[in-house]
Amino acid sequence: MRLATKDELCSGCRTCLLVCSLQNQGQNNPKFGLLRIHGLFPKPGRYEVKVCIECGTCRDVCPVEAIYEVDGYLRVDKNLCTRCLACVQACPEGVMTIHKQWDATQKCCHCGACAEYCPTGAIYDADTIEPDQAWRITRQVTKPVAENGGADSG
Amino acid sequence: MASLPPGGYNGRILRVDLTSGEHRVTPLPADWPDKYIGGRGFVSRLLYEEVPPGTDPLGPQNKLVMAAGPLSGVFLPGCGKTHLGAKSPATGGYGDSNVGGHLSPELKQAGYDMLVLEGASAEPCIVVINDDEVEIRPAGDLWGLGCFATEKRLKDELGEEFQIAVIGPAGENLVKFACIGHDFGRQAGRTGIGAVMGSKKVKALAIQGSGTIPLADPQGVLQLGKTMYEACFAAPGFREWTPQGTAGVTDWVNEVGAFPTRNFQTSFFPEYKKINGERLREDIHLTDKGCMGCPTPCGKYSHAKVPMGEAKVEGPEYETIAMLGGDCCLADINEVAYANYICDDLGLDSISGGNVAAFAIEAYEKGVISEEQAGMPLAFGDLPSVVHLLRIIAGREEGLGDLLAEGVKTASEKLGQDSARYAIHVKGLEWTGYESRYAPAMMLSYVTADIGAHHNRSWAITFDVAKGRDELAGKAERVIELQHIRPLFDCLGVCRLQWVEIGFELEWYEKVFPVVTGRQRTWQELLQASERVWNLNRVYSARHVPGWGRRLDQPPARFVEEPVPDGPAKGKFITQAQLDELLDTYYRLRGWTDDGLPTKEKLLELDLPDAAKDLWG
Repeated sequence: MRLATKDELCSGCRTCLLVCSLQNQGQNNPKFGLLRIHGLFPKPGRYEVKVCIECGTCRDVCPVEAIYEVDGYLRVDKNLCTRCLACVQACPEGVMTIHKQWDATQKCCHCGACAEYCPTGAIYDADTIEPDQAWRITRQVTKPVAENGGADSG
Repeated sequence: MASLPPGGYNGRILRVDLTSGEHRVTPLPADWPDKYIGGRGFVSRLLYEEVPPGTDPLGPQNKLVMAAGPLSGVFLPGCGKTHLGAKSPATGGYGDSNVGGHLSPELKQAGYDMLVLEGASAEPCIVVINDDEVEIRPAGDLWGLGCFATEKRLKDELGEEFQIAVIGPAGENLVKFACIGHDFGRQAGRTGIGAVMGSKKVKALAIQGSGTIPLADPQGVLQLGKTMYEACFAAPGFREWTPQGTAGVTDWVNEVGAFPTRNFQTSFFPEYKKINGERLREDIHLTDKGCMGCPTPCGKYSHAKVPMGEAKVEGPEYETIAMLGGDCCLADINEVAYANYICDDLGLDSISGGNVAAFAIEAYEKGVISEEQAGMPLAFGDLPSVVHLLRIIAGREEGLGDLLAEGVKTASEKLGQDSARYAIHVKGLEWTGYESRYAPAMMLSYVTADIGAHHNRSWAITFDVAKGRDELAGKAERVIELQHIRPLFDCLGVCRLQWVEIGFELEWYEKVFPVVTGRQRTWQELLQASERVWNLNRVYSARHVPGWGRRLDQPPARFVEEPVPDGPAKGKFITQAQLDELLDTYYRLRGWTDDGLPTKEKLLELDLPDAAKDLWG
């Protein structure tokens, strides 16, 4: 799993934040989502998607060494975190996350749910999808299309 | 209230009294979730109980209600819909409008199912809701600003995590078709609820919620939600429909002769291919813009360039293409998008805005409005004419602007000279994007819709085309079926377009409802709740507006007297006798009287004893 983004495909629907919170925290709360969607409106009129790029800045600035690596991805040790927010302030992508209900900061674990359920392909898995195949509308179908009844559509 | 958990609802109504400046939380009545589901059902019930006949729609006794549904904000397709309602200043009856975006999810995260604005502020204000903190602040110099500048200022000041609803100058000036704007391009457009917000001197609402939406079975929602998204991605319409969104239907509506053109003089616009979904996507599209949880974003953010200037705007969607494009004869997608921007920024419903502008231009052509009154020569197909009209309406400029700000019904009554014949409305609400002289089911849908002439309660035009447009049999049955299914989405708090447009099956909602709420309900039970809401709204409006029933279930004279002059529906129209036959069948099937009112028996069957007593004693 290698998260990649294409801002021009993002529609701002925040499905990524919903699935992230439910999958990783067991709660339906986009404020728990460990990525960010920024709407730049009314001008220039586009969205920005920010995901963890595993740059290591959070680990570098953590004064208590609460951030450590497992299988190539950084994690936060909730027992060590003092909630000083140094990592939140330093994160260049703005995706180190704190919430008033939490005792520790949290970061993306690269589970890939955001990419899997991003309706447009603005977030995708660069290990399996080429950038020019990211848009889900034109992405090659790997599963057979279901038979549906349709409704009163024109 | 002990019966309320496990999920889908917070059980709390936030009430902000703008007269006193106080706010309080009241419990959601325990029987509402089962009887009214949420969203539009909650709006209907609250208005029925708390905004009685005789209330001035623009007075402090009216209430502006926002409601989430049990599925709003939950991880499943199309969970971003919000219902707003009030007694309508356009019709005097039940009024509501549904808006996409991110409002109701935020409201639920803040811990509420509903927000009720009561009373009226003495001075312009904004209402800021941050979880349990509720504050009424002076609007300051936001008052007078356009919708876009207002929302941008508040996002900058409060933070982008706040979801914001605003009115523009049209709402401040109590224009009867002022809308409420949200998320730089979404609108609760219809029934003049922007004027209700303006009458309370509320320039904007800002909501931030940090909490979790309660779910009966979070893991079940995660698994089923994923399956539902996968079903959407695999649905036959996903790839075909999504790139153009609602604008994609423009060609079809012209080809079947149902496109509002030249103030509904005809039903075919020869230049429709200049304003269709293809032109939108290829010429002016910047980015797709989706509501919360949307798998098929129909919002298209665009960049319009015309000699008058340029603008960035969400749209135009189909309805705006129909009403500002066809009905005002603007034959360039850039022009339609620019007029769309003017409506959105001024805070005017682009449906009624286009309809009213087209009415004024026809009245001008017929000599009913003079050039002096208009302030400039008016012409169909002329963007400066349309923009001028929209501006004098939003500003309620003395004379024509002030007159047109009342909507086509009142304007035509004051102008006289037979202009009521081409004031295209039902019950004071302007007609929308389907010319229905050769579409009996769609005609019936418009004249019986609960808020006045509106398409989305029953979008039956495809049924007309499929089953035969001269055929009356089976049409009333289908209209009733749709009038229960489609508003049910507004009760649930989700978007209907995945079902309508891409072939995503209704069964999914029946499956996910108990997983979210913990309440086992069959689809038929949910539909019965929707029927209950439909009947309640009928009683509400009948008690508020004399003649609401058969006498007002009528289209303008043009539609039952003038054959379509050209295009695919040339020579066609539905006679009054045919319409009467449709209404007879419709009322009988609904269990209503010949005058179009729910019988006592029907209301009792639907467990609405108070409505039965109020209507029949």
